Amino acid sequence: MKRYSVFAIAREAMRQHAGWPRAWASPTPKAKYDVVIVGAGGHGLATAYYLGKNFGITNVAVIEKGWLGGGNTGRNTTIIRSNYLQDPSAAIYEKSRSLYETMSQDLNYNVMFSPRGVIMLAQTHHEVRGYQRTAHANALQGVKTEFISPARVKQLVPIMNIDGPRYPVLGGLWQARGGTARHDAVAWGYARACSDMGMDIIQQCEVTNVLTDGGKVTGVETSKGKILCDKLGGVVAGHSSALAEMAGFQLPMESVALQALVSEPIKPCMDVVVMANTVHGYMSQSDKGEMVIGGGTDGYNNYTQRGSFHHIEETVRALIETFPMISRLKMLRQWGGIVDVTGDRSPILTKTPVEGMFMNCGWGTGGFKAIPGSGWAMAELMANGHSPLTEEFSMNRFRAGKFIDESVAAGVAH
Amino acid sequence: MLTLECPYCSIQADETELHAGGEAHLKRETVGSLDNDFEDYLFMRENPKGVHFERWRHVAGCGKWFHAARCTMTLEVFGTYSAQTLAPPKDLREKISTKRPGWTWRAFS
Amino acid sequence: MSTRLATAGRLLDRASTMEFTFNGKRMQGHEGDTLASALLANDQMLVGRSFKYHRPRGLVASGAEEPNGLVNMGAGAFFEPNQRITTTELFEGLAAESQNHWPSLEFDVGAVNAKLSRFMPAGFYYKMFIHPRPLWKHVYEPFIRKAAGLGRAPTEMDGSSYEHFYAHVDVLITGGGIAGLAAALAAGRAGADVLLVEQTAHWGGRAPVDGAQIDGLDGDTWVKETVQALESMDNVTLRNRTMGTGVYDHGYALAYERLTDHAPDQDGPRHRLWRIRARQIVTATGSIERPLSFAGNDIPGVMLAGAVRDYAVNFGVSLGDRTVVVTNNDDAYRTAITLKDAGLDVPVILDARPTADGSLVQQAREMGIRVALGKGIAHVNGAKRVTGVSICLQAGEGSEIEEIACDAVAMSGGWSPVVHLWSHCGGKLIWDDAQSHFRPDASRPPLGADGLGFVVPAGAANGAMSTAEVLVDAFQAGAAAAKAAGATGKTGRGPTGDTPKEEPMAPVWLMPQGASYKLRSKMWLDYQNDVKVSDVQLAAREGYESVEHTKRYTTLGMATDQGKLSNINGLATLAGALNAPIPAVGTTTFRPPYTPISMGAIGGEARGELFQPLHKTPMHDWHDANGADWEPVGHWRRAYAFVRGAETVEQAVQREVTNTRENLGLLDASTLGKLIVRGPDAGKFLDMLYTNMMSTLKPGRCRYGLMCTENGFLSDDGVVARIDDDTFLCHTTTGGADRIYAHMEEWLQTEWWDWQVYVTNVTEQFAQVAVVGPNARKVLEKLGGMDVSAEALSFMDWADGTIGGFDCRVYRISFSGELSFEIAVPASQGRAFWDALLEAGAEFGVMPYGTECLHIMRAEKGFIMIGDETDGTVIPQDLGLHWAISKKKDDFLGKRAQERDHMTDPTRWQLVGLETTDGSVIPDGAYAVGEGVNENGQRNTQGRVTSTYHSPTLGRGIAMGLVLHGPDRMGEVIEFPKVDGTSVKAKIVNPVFFDPEGEKQNV
Repeated sequence: MKRYSVFAIAREAMRQHAGWPRAWASPTPKAKYDVVIVGAGGHGLATAYYLGKNFGITNVAVIEKGWLGGGNTGRNTTIIRSNYLQDPSAAIYEKSRSLYETMSQDLNYNVMFSPRGVIMLAQTHHEVRGYQRTAHANALQGVKTEFISPARVKQLVPIMNIDGPRYPVLGGLWQARGGTARHDAVAWGYARACSDMGMDIIQQCEVTNVLTDGGKVTGVETSKGKILCDKLGGVVAGHSSALAEMAGFQLPMESVALQALVSEPIKPCMDVVVMANTVHGYMSQSDKGEMVIGGGTDGYNNYTQRGSFHHIEETVRALIETFPMISRLKMLRQWGGIVDVTGDRSPILTKTPVEGMFMNCGWGTGGFKAIPGSGWAMAELMANGHSPLTEEFSMNRFRAGKFIDESVAAGVAH
Repeated sequence: MLTLECPYCSIQADETELHAGGEAHLKRETVGSLDNDFEDYLFMRENPKGVHFERWRHVAGCGKWFHAARCTMTLEVFGTYSAQTLAPPKDLREKISTKRPGWTWRAFS
Repeated sequence: MSTRLATAGRLLDRASTMEFTFNGKRMQGHEGDTLASALLANDQMLVGRSFKYHRPRGLVASGAEEPNGLVNMGAGAFFEPNQRITTTELFEGLAAESQNHWPSLEFDVGAVNAKLSRFMPAGFYYKMFIHPRPLWKHVYEPFIRKAAGLGRAPTEMDGSSYEHFYAHVDVLITGGGIAGLAAALAAGRAGADVLLVEQTAHWGGRAPVDGAQIDGLDGDTWVKETVQALESMDNVTLRNRTMGTGVYDHGYALAYERLTDHAPDQDGPRHRLWRIRARQIVTATGSIERPLSFAGNDIPGVMLAGAVRDYAVNFGVSLGDRTVVVTNNDDAYRTAITLKDAGLDVPVILDARPTADGSLVQQAREMGIRVALGKGIAHVNGAKRVTGVSICLQAGEGSEIEEIACDAVAMSGGWSPVVHLWSHCGGKLIWDDAQSHFRPDASRPPLGADGLGFVVPAGAANGAMSTAEVLVDAFQAGAAAAKAAGATGKTGRGPTGDTPKEEPMAPVWLMPQGASYKLRSKMWLDYQNDVKVSDVQLAAREGYESVEHTKRYTTLGMATDQGKLSNINGLATLAGALNAPIPAVGTTTFRPPYTPISMGAIGGEARGELFQPLHKTPMHDWHDANGADWEPVGHWRRAYAFVRGAETVEQAVQREVTNTRENLGLLDASTLGKLIVRGPDAGKFLDMLYTNMMSTLKPGRCRYGLMCTENGFLSDDGVVARIDDDTFLCHTTTGGADRIYAHMEEWLQTEWWDWQVYVTNVTEQFAQVAVVGPNARKVLEKLGGMDVSAEALSFMDWADGTIGGFDCRVYRISFSGELSFEIAVPASQGRAFWDALLEAGAEFGVMPYGTECLHIMRAEKGFIMIGDETDGTVIPQDLGLHWAISKKKDDFLGKRAQERDHMTDPTRWQLVGLETTDGSVIPDGAYAVGEGVNENGQRNTQGRVTSTYHSPTLGRGIAMGLVLHGPDRMGEVIEFPKVDGTSVKAKIVNPVFFDPEGEKQNV
């Protein structure tokens, strides 16, 4: 791999940038791999990367129906945080956040992780108590957060109206090392690193069937032919139920549309990420200057990557309430993605009824932040058959009633 | 922004008048059910790419629950019908069959 | 120089002069000008700086596709960044300033980026700024953020207002050019309800500029007559300054009407968002001209040929004195002819095609304009302004043949249909080889609720490129849409147009076709984001082969124009680099809105006090006037406490508790949900909904009940009163009324629909006051009326009667541990009853109390509170509420769920009381720690606080919490770390801290 650096840029600048190699190869699939990962989004690529890096498993193919990073990895609002309430969530999200800290260096690809801080606003007494509880939990989980006063919120976000007539800001849960990253770059950086380890990233290749023999996975049927494997990882947000059906089992999951929007770019005016859960809206400012805004999901099953406009209205309305200045900005673009939502709104990282097949799904509206941690944990689960980070996220938890419910702290799982 | 015809009001109701209620025709499992069956009832969902039967409530209208048959890939609505039934009406199933030959959904086809 | 011509300007009122400023400089324009045309008339070529390299930027276009002309406008509460000057109508006093430069537009330090551009190719930031790690956050990123962005951020609350409109129509037609007008004629005549929207202030679009002849009339006359004809139809509504912005599922569409942007002094809303439900939508959105890719195509003075023509014809503005036209099609010859007609110099038309002999070409030649075939521009000369062009062979590598001095370049790479609205909801495109553009594939339209297409493209938006074709296509489209929408009238004959015969255009994606890297690195695709041909080629070479990868890696098409100018050229460049046909590369996804729309319009009227509906109890105003510290609970506001004089909220709460325990307190309990459940099966139904047995409750009696979800978790609680054999009144929590009502309806309608039960939500029909404290009975007896003695109305009884002349229902229930009567009166009597209680209670020390006092008193009594002790993961068994879970019932909601392994796990945390060893208050949300850490390195915990208060009654901190094996560990001391690193120790005790025998409430 040709290393990226300022020196490499300078060298290439002198020869018309003719010497840059492909960031990743586009190979034709081999007949058989040790591991096949279905889905070349952030989670799938990260899983492959850590299989190689942590376990030396590099005979790996990552199969992608469309283009790598083309699903929810490239459609989210890029928020990274780990201030979750429940221990299993805090563990995997904090692992993830910590991996983001060094991701640019690990991958030699600038993913622009920007630990600018994340505030979750408390706008009801119920939320105040909920976030105070989270702050206590986080302290014991090794996640650095604090509950801050309205004055401190205002200091961090001068454009905010903390005295809003309807929902004055009563405080906030502040995670100083939360932030954002460039979403596409995360997928591209992992793809480049995987390719460099000799893994095959096969785009435009749709899985049409999961092959099993005596209850054990043997490979997949694809639009580019049969590809055999010893282990199969399904990491296909928005299509998990369909992949599970091919393998003959069902998931506790529904797929719904989630929407986001950006404003036109303006000069920097907000340095942190703000989430306002009472009114259902969250906002940050990208490095380009766009205000990146997200909101709630539709209530009905949908695979169209289009959502209903009234959610956009509700979100914008809520944010105007909290940030009156955005009223005179303009919406540049809105878009939708399909998210898999589970029975307890927490993800599933699990062995499946098919031996050798694993699923990583159900991240709902919060998957981007989890990419490196999820990949790390999924790789461990696939390599060793066990990972402390995935233990509680098994698909069997629903049977026993052992849920991981993050909504309890007045929070939402973005 | 969907519109669905409320079978009670016989009007095209805007999505904002409606509340989506998830999968239809679930059979309630309760005391005496096996763990598996109870789990399926509460959590396992069809989530198909295609024909789906689902529950809606005309919440800002007559307040009635009703069922809809809808395609999750195109959002085409094949029809709506009373929630007080155990299976989609036959004529609706036939209509879907002409539009989506070979469809199946749980026990229905 | 650019200047105002002595004549022409079909949209101008030359008699009316308007003053405006640009970067503080005073200028003049006319009514009818856009800010863009007025600036050009004042020779203001430079309008901004590009995003990345801070290159000087002039206008490229004349309409919504303009990428460069964006300004800060207005001031204070009316300041707005990124106003597109080509779509900004001039008004008196307009104040604009250019963006993204420092210190000035003319001299911008950021332009050093342009000098360094060779070090900043596509995606350079992914490859550098990697080490050392902290520098990204603290040095590189702040620098990049400051350099990026465009307009300034507004700082004040928006001074304008906005509104929403609803429209239900048969046919929505977007675009009021001749296509839209023809479609509206057809649909209108057919009898359909038609809404026709046009984004500009003028009808007719480009046709009059291009000298179209329709039905024997000149364009302007035909447009005028047609608009009049449409206005006379009752079933047709026309709105100008209204842009169709987005098409959504099932025929939903948005239009954005700019009501006062052009006249800011006018009263009324600034913008109006139309929420339209249309049976059919006709997209008559026209087409947009493409730039050509030649070196220096971004230098101010290089403009789309059609735009040059627009400025001349519509506004009487010339871009320059000597304009070189460069083209691959016949249409651009119209610009040369127009300019020549206006007396301006056109030194040469460079036509990249080897041959061209259409009628327009002949006309240009006849006018004496030099036409150079097979030629193109090697590079444009100039920096902040065009000074000339170097000519080369299109087929060559860019060797200069000749240099021509000029101060403007009009370019045309052909026209692309505006397919955005067609595509928003899934309409597919096909590649038209002859025109080298994507156009709607009529066989794959967006599908509506009925599975049929609901969008019909019309005119240029459908690839019909001549006036004659446009009219035929659009009239048919209008007729087809009306028919599909159910209109049955006759449409009659459509308008016909005459068009000069044009010869085919030739695709030219690179000029010259063998351009060197040096030239390619100066060919702009995306003017605002600074994406060049070389960038797209680099992306392709590095493996970013998908069109979405290329877009995201280079930022092509991600600027505020969303690629309206750059996309097709970018796709073609990518296709060239990949050696693939353009249709195989495909397009990026078209997403709403068509052009940016204000957040204010999206929000609509609902802001400030109107943001969300506010539920008020009948006593709300009294609370507001008497020190209420409000707390939002759902859509209700409840008084947290009533603050008196100089006391703090905390002091008020403590006072209220003490007074209620010692004298008399009043609580406005009107917000509690009140549901009437009635019918022969009501008891059976409630037995399913509550964990305890309700069917055995006797009329006249009350019973506290718990409700669980089917998943087993405690979801609500409240007192149920049996009114008669068939009727129950169920109280819910304040937040629970609507939710529990919906929950009951859902089960009744979808599971037990054969049970004879009706449910009615009467929450807001009644005001309810809790009269609480040792003096509670005294005040009621003073008011007089029904017998409220312990004998007549014992604990957990209810009775109807009158008190002080008010019809009321009295529940003898207590959530405080005090003697307590909850009294419901009709909502209309609520305030009067409250006032009467206050007056009569004066001698008994009456004080109203708020929700926090309520919480403390119930915690002192060990009563659970939904939302505190419960959080959606707690089952009644966790809270020691076994007594409220019937063992006799076969079934109730949640029963099966509570039998699952994890629900019966003896290690589930159980409710206990907690008493701090030092009397302090345990912080809200604190956890009790156990030994060691778990497998993920997290500190093990053994419990948590659920409610924690300073009890004024006991003078110490008290708390309730869930603790591992808690009830078996009475007296044990456990530790709660605080976030500051210290910790507080607490003894596990019985959760009932006060009056455990219930002596105070049973008097």
